[in-house]
Amino acid sequence: MKGIITTIFFISISINVFAKNMHNQYLKKDSTPTLLTFKQLEPYLTTNSDSVFIINFWATWCGPCVAELPYFEKLTADLKGQKAKVVLVSLDFKSHIQTKLLPFLKKRRLQSEVVVLVEKNPNDWIPKVHEEWSGSIPATLIFDKNKRQFYEQSFEKYKDLKEIVSPFIPINN
Amino acid sequence: MNKFIKISLFAACVALSFTLPKSGGYQIGDTAEDFNLKNVDGKMVALKDYNNVKGYIVVFTCNGCPYAQAYEQRIINLHNKYASQGYPVIAINPNDPNLASADSYDKMQSRAKQKKYPYVYLIDEKQEIFPKFGATRTPHVFVLDKNKVVKYIGGIDDNADDASAVTIKYVENAIESLKVGKNPEPSLTKAVGCSIKKKRV
Repeated sequence: MKGIITTIFFISISINVFAKNMHNQYLKKDSTPTLLTFKQLEPYLTTNSDSVFIINFWATWCGPCVAELPYFEKLTADLKGQKAKVVLVSLDFKSHIQTKLLPFLKKRRLQSEVVVLVEKNPNDWIPKVHEEWSGSIPATLIFDKNKRQFYEQSFEKYKDLKEIVSPFIPINN
Repeated sequence: MNKFIKISLFAACVALSFTLPKSGGYQIGDTAEDFNLKNVDGKMVALKDYNNVKGYIVVFTCNGCPYAQAYEQRIINLHNKYASQGYPVIAINPNDPNLASADSYDKMQSRAKQKKYPYVYLIDEKQEIFPKFGATRTPHVFVLDKNKVVKYIGGIDDNADDASAVTIKYVENAIESLKVGKNPEPSLTKAVGCSIKKKRV
């Protein structure tokens, strides 16, 4: 009897974990998003592969960022099966990760990969993302192994985002 | 002849305006133009209204942006520390209230009152001043010397998240340099902030 209960218990845990991973691939098992220092983020910002990367810098506190998130989500969906990846880099305050970012991610069930940059002195890392970036968000970096484009702006429509991505890779929709 | 001179002057101006950088605003070493903007007390404020100052700490900031909020007390502290030494803070809200409701003139007034801002808190109603400076976010700081020459552009310090964990106070260092007649080093820093909410045309 005890064995059965234990088995059911473990099965339910694994289903739970599995479900979480399905919905929130960016969440670890303990439901915390991946926190990265800039050094750990840097590999996300260059590539030698044949893939295209769309890196969006955002935060839950940034209205225009939240407003354009659905476009990045649509991009993730439309690029499915292609050599392309959307990464949403949250710049939320460290003190807001548990209280604001996590609930936001749970509610939105974002399909794009989300990482959180936890780093001090922005004067050190902002220019390494792009020389022209003043530091305002939203900001979006698109690159493959040959070229690199940076946009310190928000996208008002999906069409606007599509327009800057399509020179890199054809979009399904 | 007179007409000819006028026309050639006009042509020269037009030509010059095309060769000048279109955007980006002031660079280090540029002289800032004065402005005349409405303060939260209803009075108009210009830099020339300040007598006997050694410089200006112009801060583009606002009510609603969490980064501006994180720095609010530090901006107050900057003024309290440096205004008496000749370097007052001049806060300017650059946002279009139609796009950022927390940044309306009314709400600026109540915030200034509530937090007893010791400095002026001006509204860039026509959104003509922040592009001249080249401000892109809140908060965005421009330290000018007494001749309105731009000496420092950038962030306040190196840790928005935690004032107690700051290791480099960029603006304070810049002013300390100016006080001894030196150019700030660094004179240009990058910082995270909220994009300025610009009226859509």
